[in-house]
Amino acid sequence: MNETVVTYLAQYEFFDYLTAFFGENSLLLTTIIFFVFAGIFVAVAATIGGLGTYAERKISADIQMRMGPNRVGPFGILQFLADGVKMITKEDVMPRTADKFLFYLAPLMCLVGVFATLAVFPVSSGFTLVDLNVGVFYLIAISSLVGVGVFLGGYASNSKWSMLGGMRGASQIISYEIPVTISVLTITLLAGSMSFGNIVAKQEGFLTNWFVFHNPFAFIAFFVYFVGALAETNRAPFDLPEAESELVSGYHTEYTGMRFGFFALAEYIEVFVVSGVAAALFLGGYNLPVKVEIDMIPIQLVQISIIVGKSLALYYVVIWVRWTFPRLRVDQLMSICWKYLTPIAIFNLVGCAIWMVVFKGQSMAQLLMGH
Amino acid sequence: MTSTQIDGLMPVVIMMGLAVLLFLGGHFASVLLSRKKPTQLKQTAYECGEIPVGSAWSAFNIRFYVVGLIFIIFDVESVLMFPVATIFNEMNAMGEGVYILLVFLSFISVLIEGIAYCWRKGDLDWVKSYQVSARKSVVTPSKKVSV
Repeated sequence: MNETVVTYLAQYEFFDYLTAFFGENSLLLTTIIFFVFAGIFVAVAATIGGLGTYAERKISADIQMRMGPNRVGPFGILQFLADGVKMITKEDVMPRTADKFLFYLAPLMCLVGVFATLAVFPVSSGFTLVDLNVGVFYLIAISSLVGVGVFLGGYASNSKWSMLGGMRGASQIISYEIPVTISVLTITLLAGSMSFGNIVAKQEGFLTNWFVFHNPFAFIAFFVYFVGALAETNRAPFDLPEAESELVSGYHTEYTGMRFGFFALAEYIEVFVVSGVAAALFLGGYNLPVKVEIDMIPIQLVQISIIVGKSLALYYVVIWVRWTFPRLRVDQLMSICWKYLTPIAIFNLVGCAIWMVVFKGQSMAQLLMGH
Repeated sequence: MTSTQIDGLMPVVIMMGLAVLLFLGGHFASVLLSRKKPTQLKQTAYECGEIPVGSAWSAFNIRFYVVGLIFIIFDVESVLMFPVATIFNEMNAMGEGVYILLVFLSFISVLIEGIAYCWRKGDLDWVKSYQVSARKSVVTPSKKVSV
């Protein structure tokens, strides 16, 4: 059974009043509740994506000893709204030779792929939109849509820069999906489940219960996942599809105004989702450091702030990495993926499987405590 | 407990629908607010300020094709490993740990064999290096001689 936010709310008393108010029409009620929550998710995600651009510029300014945006609002924090208004009012230019339908479709593919991943994003034990029983599997599958969007963007523009960027993007995203999938497989093996709810529930309690510290192989798998995720979201040092010093701006060279904005928004939200998934799979997710028996809405809110905090910490690392490391060359990129990350990921998987059998599924901490 | 009709993959469809709505809304606002003064030159593809030469839709480099093929093989293999990984713990708790481990390893060995083969063939090199092609050209005639 897939738990949704509605089934969670149904256990509270106020839900009975609502059902009494709506009478027989319970489909309408569940639809309204679900749409309200989905709307909140979309709004929060879009804000986080917008603030991501601000954070990126501010942190890069810090790293390079500049001021960064500081005019719009306090500390320039409203810069992303100003950027959004500017993008909407920009002239919409499309090359005459472009494939019009695919040109329109490409940013939509990116956006749909990213928003669909938000549906299973584990924010708390109750408020996750839907806790699919094939959660991680679904997430890996649906996030590939972004790769399709990138390639379509490059292909439909009919510009040589875009074409090169799109081809690089497609080959990069599909290549790095392998180490990421195998790292996620490692966690599936440890947890014995594909649903985010179960995976996070298995890491309940203090830091030693986190899967990243479960065994040495899971520890390495975390880094493999993180590097692969950086590459999948086209972040530096793997931002070859949009390498601005070589390919002008890669697959979105021909995109202006709002359509470019959607590409950027999708990228920043995807970075957040990827960080959140890393936090949920490896870093204990939304669990409180102590075990709480009671289940109340304030506790759900604390859980939400915990996972958002962890994701934002990883988000900071992503930006930090971008402004610290130089970009890779395209053949280095491929050899890192296929010759280093994939074999390491397979090694981790085998190591984890053997560990589980030899130590009867105990974690390192449990072995050291020696119970 | 009230019955919930929004179940299964329906939430996913709703989220996708919201993404489409956001996209259309942004487009609509852009159409209303943006200025429109298209000129002939503005609507050409960017090629460093020159008038573009030919179309960008030319033949693909074969490297991209090989990477795509390897990806599909690996993806299918990892998809098939997900169910095994999911029941691994259960089987382990039932005392069938060694058996499921052997099944798992035999599955992964196919994957390892695949990557080793691609590596040996030089398909994992983005640019097939001179050494690989040179080795081949040296090896083949000497074999013929020995035979």
